[in-house]
Amino acid sequence: MSAFTDRVDAALADPILKIAVERTAGTAEAKRAVAVAAFPDFEAARDRAAAIKDHVIAHLGHYLELFEANAIAAGARVHWARTADEACKIVIDICKAADARTVARSKSMLGEEIGLPHALAEAGIGRVETDLAEHIIQLADERPSHIIWPAMHKTREQVSALFKARHRTPHEEETIAAMAESARRELRGAMLGADVGISGANFLIADSGAICTVTNEGNAELSLVPPRVHIVTAGIEKIVPGMPHAIHMLRMLARSATGAALTQYTTFYTGPKRPGDLDGPEEMHIVLVDNGRTKMREEGLAEMLRCIRCGACMNHCVVFRQIGGHAYGGTYPGPMGAVLTPTLDGLPDSRDLPNACTLNGKCQEVCPVRIPLPTLLKGWREKSWREGLEPVSMRAGLGIWAWVAARPPLYRLGARVAVKAMRLLGKRGWIGALPLADGWTRYRDLPKPAARTFMDQYRREKRQ
Amino acid sequence: MTPPRVALFVTCLVDLMRPRIGFAAIRALEAAGCEVVVPEHQTCCGQPALNSGDRAHAAALAKQTIAALEPYQHVVVPSGSCAGTIRCHYPEIFEHDAEWLTRAQAVAAKTFEIMVYLDEICGWRPENVQLDARATYHDSCSGLRELGIKAQPRRLLDHIKGLSLAPLQGEETCCGFGGTFCVKYPSISNAIVGEKTAAINVTGADLLLAGDLGCLMNMAGKLNREGSKVRAFHAIELLAGMGDGPAIGEEP
Repeated sequence: MSAFTDRVDAALADPILKIAVERTAGTAEAKRAVAVAAFPDFEAARDRAAAIKDHVIAHLGHYLELFEANAIAAGARVHWARTADEACKIVIDICKAADARTVARSKSMLGEEIGLPHALAEAGIGRVETDLAEHIIQLADERPSHIIWPAMHKTREQVSALFKARHRTPHEEETIAAMAESARRELRGAMLGADVGISGANFLIADSGAICTVTNEGNAELSLVPPRVHIVTAGIEKIVPGMPHAIHMLRMLARSATGAALTQYTTFYTGPKRPGDLDGPEEMHIVLVDNGRTKMREEGLAEMLRCIRCGACMNHCVVFRQIGGHAYGGTYPGPMGAVLTPTLDGLPDSRDLPNACTLNGKCQEVCPVRIPLPTLLKGWREKSWREGLEPVSMRAGLGIWAWVAARPPLYRLGARVAVKAMRLLGKRGWIGALPLADGWTRYRDLPKPAARTFMDQYRREKRQ
Repeated sequence: MTPPRVALFVTCLVDLMRPRIGFAAIRALEAAGCEVVVPEHQTCCGQPALNSGDRAHAAALAKQTIAALEPYQHVVVPSGSCAGTIRCHYPEIFEHDAEWLTRAQAVAAKTFEIMVYLDEICGWRPENVQLDARATYHDSCSGLRELGIKAQPRRLLDHIKGLSLAPLQGEETCCGFGGTFCVKYPSISNAIVGEKTAAINVTGADLLLAGDLGCLMNMAGKLNREGSKVRAFHAIELLAGMGDGPAIGEEP
């Protein structure tokens, strides 16, 4: 047993979790299918999206420097962070220099990845999560369970109870509109009164120095424009050369994530408030975060840097659909998380993730940027095997089996013995409990094998 | 015209657990006009080692398999996932070994899953095969996504008189087998296959068909544990006219 399997068993024992995951992921799966079918040549669009990302990843330095120069020219300040700690320190220092007591944060998975909520708390800076699902997570003191719908693991019934317990003037009517109104009452003042607004970026536009956010709630705009300071934390792989590329990626992102043609709010922010502007922050800081990304590029995971965080891989993953996001244990769940977490948290603590996958290939089939996720997961399995992290029983069992399988005459003998042994345990065609294969027979029966192997029967027939 | 000389790669699972799939493959191939040979030096393609990250053992078994199969004009496999391993992954294993890469690519190019081979290469259709039954078909993942197997089995099954196919909700969704996955993470696998068997039962079909014995054993084993009456066969058994025999888990 591992911490992972403990979390898995807890998740599988939770019937509400299953309902919650199925409602959201099931809807997303159906809507995406409709959106993709209506898109003229989605396969060609996937090729182009992958090519755009591959190009910028191969020329990352060039485009990041171009972005930096243009962002500075637009009046923003650009910071570089090698690690999560460096990134948090830069953000906290900016907040302190601005005398910030509260920050309004617009949902950012990179912020979760670098541990920004924790760093803000340690620095004594109040944090208001303004994305509706992040607001739910903050009230419940939990972590996101999905990269698009952080509160996916909660049903609306659970959220209603949470709002009633924690909101100052909660909803009375049990409707989604009334619940959203309750959150709006709670959040609007906090957004307008924040000293600093913090966001991630869905795209960094190299040729203009702009950053792009997408939301369906408009909370990013309301969190980032009124405060005096806007801080952006973004992974360096978010770069695209120019606006046409960003628009292409946006078309892929929205359809792959929710099945919508476009998000409700898609905003490009280029520098802080300019002379003559009616509103906008006085300062705009952009923190470009590496946190293992250049290492991924060097160590055979360059294709993973194509990822635009749409969540389609997890929405379509049979394992995610059963265990939800928290069971994965890292910042990012699902197939993409199983590739990223060993990089971020180390393979010894996360070797279960690339193994807990049936390699069915569905994630790769739906990925808008054609990331070969099963291949990358197998890459981690190989590393885990090489480094001796796989369980001794597995290593020994597979080793003996492979040694015998490489000796056909011995293998035939072994197969004969195995068939005889299994047949002794079978009743009316089925084996209900098989020693050493409890993982199989705990949940299902094993068909009793035929009296003789194919090879034995075939040889007999040929002799006759 | 001399008939094509076809090597049957039996697969370790068929050899060990259900030989009649191998015999059904031979019968169908012979009906399609092939001369079938079963190379002596075959065991397992090495997929369990490959998917466990054990590259060295995977390469050793791949070399053994390549050497056993390369003398033949075509290689036919009654499994989408084993055929996929040979066709798609053998060349990857030897990407840094020029000699074996060439040999792996040559074998990969002439290796076919059995229903693809019968349908696309032989242009064969079952003749005078009758089975009065309602079946449902599960598309196994490797065959579907690595080899594009979808229409071929349905085109062939369409020629069995008396057989009708009931659509399966989520027919392209993984059954939760995943090779060693199902014993490494049995509780997750069980949750996945439980949804699959529920979908199978809803179809009202008498028979469950697929093209991979691993997936079939997973689904049939769960169906039996749940007390379902649905009987499971490899599609090639029906195509070869052997659908009147014992289903998976039935004594002859």
